[in-house]
Amino acid sequence: MSEPFLPGWFTLDDKAPQLLGSRCTSCGTYYFPKLAAGFCRNPDCNGEVFEEAPLSRRGRLWSFTNAAYQPPEPYPQVEKDRFQPFAIAAVELEQEKMIVLGQVVAGTGVESLKAGMAMELVLEPLSDGKLVWKWKPTK
Amino acid sequence: MSGSKDIAILGVGMHPWGKWGKHFVEYGVVAARAALADAGVHWREVQFVSGAATIRNGYPGQVAGATFAQALGWQGAQVNTSYAACASGSQALAAARSKILSGECEVALVIGSDTTPKGFLKPQPGDRPDDPDWVRFRIGITNPTYFALYAQRRIQMYGDTPADFALVKVKNAEHGFTNPNARYRKKFSAEEVAASAVVADPLRLMDICAVSDGAAAIIVSSLEYAKKIGKAKAPRIAAISTVTPTFASALVEMPDIATDSAVAVPAQSFRAALPRKAYEEAGIGPKDVSLAEVYDLSTALELDWIEDLQLCERGDAAKLLRAGDTRIGGRIPVNTSGGLACFGEAVPAQALAQVCELTWQLRGQAGERQISNAKVGITANQGLFGHGSSVIVKA
Repeated sequence: MSEPFLPGWFTLDDKAPQLLGSRCTSCGTYYFPKLAAGFCRNPDCNGEVFEEAPLSRRGRLWSFTNAAYQPPEPYPQVEKDRFQPFAIAAVELEQEKMIVLGQVVAGTGVESLKAGMAMELVLEPLSDGKLVWKWKPTK
Repeated sequence: MSGSKDIAILGVGMHPWGKWGKHFVEYGVVAARAALADAGVHWREVQFVSGAATIRNGYPGQVAGATFAQALGWQGAQVNTSYAACASGSQALAAARSKILSGECEVALVIGSDTTPKGFLKPQPGDRPDDPDWVRFRIGITNPTYFALYAQRRIQMYGDTPADFALVKVKNAEHGFTNPNARYRKKFSAEEVAASAVVADPLRLMDICAVSDGAAAIIVSSLEYAKKIGKAKAPRIAAISTVTPTFASALVEMPDIATDSAVAVPAQSFRAALPRKAYEEAGIGPKDVSLAEVYDLSTALELDWIEDLQLCERGDAAKLLRAGDTRIGGRIPVNTSGGLACFGEAVPAQALAQVCELTWQLRGQAGERQISNAKVGITANQGLFGHGSSVIVKA
């Protein structure tokens, strides 16, 4: 199994990977990425204790787009004529009540996406071989 | 003082937007001198210089206020610099209003100017996993991604079409066609927009605004001072809203890769909160508005703003557009200046440029862009890091 592009951001379970967020033990608010400073951002909460929280790996498609041109660095670069446009999804997680962005798996373009579709989290390598989370349409 | 929180707009001035390749101070001085001449105020009478800063131009936190004061000739005015991304100009205006309303000064210069780097905006170099801006570029999410997600959401929720977005561009291009301060003065057809390359589906190159050089300056004063110099009827600033978002954020905002979680408290729209505070402060409502200048970073975003300003029900902005209501001559003209579509964004100057346009419209000096019976104008903009603003100007 290849390396993640950032360690500790998601589990490396290749069947059912999960994003690793954090959760305030006082008010239950989730954070992704994990909160860097240990203070809850809910204005009504003084929480300073957080637990690691694997996030729901399924959600509903909120909106989507694509990258028709190769993004600039630090996106791993390929030669211009080898660049394949990819779709990008914004997926709403019901339990966490938050929207998380990510690429859509290779081979699935915007023409096959529709808001409200069920999506699940998978891992795929970027062109530098490093693993990243991606969203994939599911039943 | 009568208890009014209004201040007077004595003069406005701009340096035309473009890609001139000169130092930003040069543009700023041109705009400031134009505003002073328009106000009929001598530079030495200005008691407070309020500069809108940017992180570009060589090094972060360029000392905008003092830099312009020096270029205009040090004359001992008090000085201030505001940084608030796209809302820098509005915060500089708010600082001037506070000085005036507290009685610390009578007349102030508010100024913003920018020279933009060549090419697309890029992330800072180096590996910085703690920086959300680095993370999102690392996984392939660029600025147009966010605009396109909002645009596609409109298609999915309200049935808007790419042709509607193109119509925003066509309308704004018509508006800006005769604006001497606009960078792009060319009319476009819907076919031309549709023929431009897709950048981030459903948005094409011509749906997304460029970055430009430009400068805008405003001379503001107490109502007493305005009266004293024979400008009792000058347009007034009735509200300046610069509120932060309220947790939890409903939208994924650049450069984040996720929204806040709304588990503990309900999700809130930042864009909608900005004009809401402005209306409250001015004591007027959306029905009183004659025209609006909104931040059309993308064509589709103009439609979102129209709804955030409550100029129609949520989801109905494209209907207004198709009916011609948002054109000059329509019921509620939007972006009579031509908007960012014709200007391109000059970050620290843009919020002030919006106020300049409202001022010309309210004075009846907008030339071929002039709308009839302009009484109240409102601006709206939003930028990075929880910055945004909405300003109300009334005749």
